Formats: sequence, structure tokens, C-alpha cells
Amino acid sequence: MRGMEMSLNQTQKLRLQRALELLETLSSGINSNSSVTVADTIPVNQEDGVLKGHGTTELEGEVVATVCGVIERVNKLVYVRTLRARYKPEVGDIIVGRVIEVAPKRWRLEINFSQDAVLMLSSMNLPDGIQRRRTAVDELNMRSIFEDDDVICAEVRDFMRDGSLQLQARSQKYGKLERGQMLTISPYLIKRRKQHFHHLDQYGIDLILGCNGFIWVGEHVETKDNMIEEEPIKPDPQNNKSKTSMSLEEEEQTYTPLETRQNICRIANAIRVLSTLGFSITIDVILDVVDLSISKGLDIHEMLGAEFSVLVAEREAERRNSSTRRKR
Amino acid sequence: MEYVNPEGLRLDGRRPMEMRQLRAEIGAVSGADGSAMFEMGNTKVIAAVYGPREVQHRSQMVNDKALIRCEYTMANFSTGDRTRKPKGDRRSTEISLVIRQTMEACILTHLMPRSQIDIFVQVLQADGGTRSACINAATLALADAGIPMRDLVTSCSSGYLNSTPLLDLNYVEDSAGGPDVTVGILPKLDKVTLLQMDAKLPMDIFENVMQLATEGCKAVANYIREVLIQNTKQLEHRRGV
Repeated sequence: MRGMEMSLNQTQKLRLQRALELLETLSSGINSNSSVTVADTIPVNQEDGVLKGHGTTELEGEVVATVCGVIERVNKLVYVRTLRARYKPEVGDIIVGRVIEVAPKRWRLEINFSQDAVLMLSSMNLPDGIQRRRTAVDELNMRSIFEDDDVICAEVRDFMRDGSLQLQARSQKYGKLERGQMLTISPYLIKRRKQHFHHLDQYGIDLILGCNGFIWVGEHVETKDNMIEEEPIKPDPQNNKSKTSMSLEEEEQTYTPLETRQNICRIANAIRVLSTLGFSITIDVILDVVDLSISKGLDIHEMLGAEFSVLVAEREAERRNSSTRRKR
Repeated sequence: MEYVNPEGLRLDGRRPMEMRQLRAEIGAVSGADGSAMFEMGNTKVIAAVYGPREVQHRSQMVNDKALIRCEYTMANFSTGDRTRKPKGDRRSTEISLVIRQTMEACILTHLMPRSQIDIFVQVLQADGGTRSACINAATLALADAGIPMRDLVTSCSSGYLNSTPLLDLNYVEDSAGGPDVTVGILPKLDKVTLLQMDAKLPMDIFENVMQLATEGCKAVANYIREVLIQNTKQLEHRRGV
């Protein structure tokens, strides 16, 4: 299996195989014939009146797939949904990205797409929160907002003319992410939902499931709305000092407690195990896996071992079995 | 030296029209966007595809298409004697160019403008037919990465020794000095994207040998299709609804 670097002993192999076979039988009823590879003909009922979507092309009057994937039909639209491809952006997606370059009046971010995304200086709130025109001084101080290799959460605003993405981070929930881990998984495992920001109270952790396959797990940060005018605006020199040299007391105050850090690692490992096994990642599944690891009394590093992977696979098979039975 | 004995068996016991055993594995390199390992008998090749991603050298960016880069290397331990220079020598550069042109013909590059697709192929064990194995592995890796293609590209080699056309030469037969024809086709469209031969052949015999190689390519294509469908089904089942 891709990415599984641990070796399973014989019983673990059998258990894993059985769990995966159960998953196959559960889902094979739904979509058995719709997997295609490159250059497979797609069966269409009427040749006229079929819209050929992504992943298809026309060859001698037949609709033919250009990628490996699953056929999806929506009314007259036929398209092939790829599985392990790069991120396919849509306007309004929440994404997590890393700054690659600070360019004139913009930042370039790496998201899991065929080109780098652009976050304009004008699409970002200034540190003092005032709405004003960005001046040359703002442009020179861009590095005080985001630097190279910072992890940022933003939203897709639209597509530029050359096909790359333009992002915006104007709300308080977007912006630089600190005190946590960023994980990379395949984008097809993350489904578009109403909520991508999750605040896990019982662990004190913020979880952001970026639609591009980058996931942020970090210590919870209170998002304060500094658009309120009553709040006193701190003068600039004090802000700059606090970023570069913090006194010891300040550092102790903002120190992440050990328990929070352990929870961050536990959740991150749960996501890693799920992505290696190829199961879709939603907040319920993640919490379930974390509960499973706590209930079995496993150490955080043991979660990446062979035994836990097999346990997670069995648990997932059980969960899907019970949900299909409930549907019936 | 007798490459086909009177009973019609070759040096490794195959019949003249028989291919070596094929084996493919998808997902050999976990860090790549798409990867595959392909074996034709004793020849083992691993391919990794990165892309489409941002072009690394701005000057090479093409505004309306994706840039395809390909690199072919042989591991030091792949041949009988430990090779000293795995890449940069003439043969590797030539094969890199050949693979790049073959894959560029079938990738729909206009769908991914201003981006770059890197194909890295490395030979882990060389026993004749490395070029073909590399193209087959690259096709699998590209399909795994979800890069849109016109058709699968499959490749096979054939030769002519002891007045018999032979399919899928191994190293001993290849170094016999007879002609070696490598064919790469798009099986569904039935078009040829690669045709190479060293040594000379009369025209009618060449047609037979090329026809044999083309049929070998179609057999490889069937196998690759099965592997890809099975992989897609597996991923979809695991992901769930």
C-alpha cells in the first residue's frame, strides 16, 4: 500500500485484508461499473444532448475518458472524477498554503495546484485593522505580515487570466497560522462541507481541513474582531518588538502546554493513518480514531505502527457496515 | 550461437512469439504525485511523476501548454558491471529525449498551461528492453497522477535472429548483434509514437518484426488497463461515499 512503511505480520495482514474486503463488498453495489481508465469509452444513452465535462474527450463520435477515475453523471453532464490528482479549485474554497515568495504587492503561496496561488496585499487585512489604501510603506512592511515559509489560511477569491488562483484573507479567521502542524494528504479524501474550521473544545485545538489537501492542526487561538472601534489600537513600535524579541515572561505566558501539544500530535497521527489507508477524512472520523487510540491506551508514536492501522481499518469497516445497515 | 534451437525454444525457454512475464505496481514512490514500478521479466524499472506544478525556471515557462521534462537514469547496480556514470552519458540523454517526445505526444498539455510535469525513470535491473519498460512505467505513473492523456502509451521490442522474428528480447539476445526494433503505440487510436531500430533489415522482414512488436504492445496495454482499473476501484472503495 502506498505510504505504508511498516511491515505487518501474518495475522495483521489477514485482518487488514478482511476489513478491506468488507469495505469493498459494501461499496461495490453502488459504483461497480463506473471506474474507467484512459481511453475507455464512456457509455452514453443519447449521443446528442450530452455535455462532455472534465476528463473526457470526443473520439469518432464516442465519449472517451482521458484520465483514470470514476464516471459521474449530473443530468446531461458526464465527467470523470479523478482520484489522486492535484487539487481542483473552486471559488470560495478554504485552503491552507505555505508562502513561497514575497513579490511586489503580493505573496505567492504553494497550494497543491498546478500553479502557485497569489495573495494580493490588498486582499489582506493590515495589522492595525484600518481600511485604507495600501501605500509604499505597507509594501515595504509586507514581511512583517507574512514571511517566507509561513503557513496561511485563506479563501479562493477567483481565477486569474493565466489560470492561477487569487486568494483573499480578509476575515479574522484567515491569516497566519502558528503553534501547530501542517499535514499534506491527497485532496480527494477531503470533501467540501459547510464547515472547514473545527474547534475541538475537549482538546483545546483548532483543526482546519483545507480543500487542497493541506490540513492544519494547532493550538486554539481566540479570533478577536479588531474591526471594533472601541478597542485601542496599539502603536507600531510595540508590535514590532513583540515579534522579534519577547521577554522571558512573555514567552512563558504564550508557551503551549504539554498536554495541548500531545493532543495536536495525536490528532495529526490519526489523520496520517487515515490518509495512508485511503479513507475519507471528516471531523467525525478523526475524532473516532482519536477516541479509539485513547481507549486502547496507545502512545502517540504507536499510532503510526502496524497494529493501529489494522485497528483503524477494522473500525472503519464496522462503521460503514452499521451505517449501510441503518440506511436499509 | 544458437538463439532459437531446432525445437523452437529460445535461450530462456520462451517461444519466439512469447513475451516475458509482466508485473506492475502502482504507488511505488509515496512522495510523488504518481509513481509505478514495471517489470518485464528481469528488467525492473521505477517511474515517478511530479506535476503539474509551478515551473521552476521562469524562462522555460510556456504560456499555452505544460512543459514536460523527462530524466532517464540507470542505477549503478542495474547492469552486470557496476556503471560509473548513471546519467549524463549519451545513451541516457538519448533515451530521456525519446521518452519525453513519446509522452509529450499523448499528454493533453494544453489543459495545464504554465505548468511543468517531471517524469523521472530509473532502471533498477537491466535485462534488455529497458526503453520499453520505461515507457510503460511512465504511462502508469502518469495515469496514477491523474494527468489527462489521449491514450495509454505502451511499448515493446522485437528482433530477428536465426531467421526468426523474436518478441521481447532480453539482454543476451539484444547483444547478439541482430536488429532490435522498439515500437511504441497508442493502442486505442492504433497509432505509432515511437519506432526505433538499430542494424539493417530488409523491408518485408521489417514489416513482420514491427507487426510482432505492435502485438506485444497491445498485450502490454491490456495488462496495464487491468492494473489501472483495479487500482481505481480499490481507491474508490476505500474512500467510501
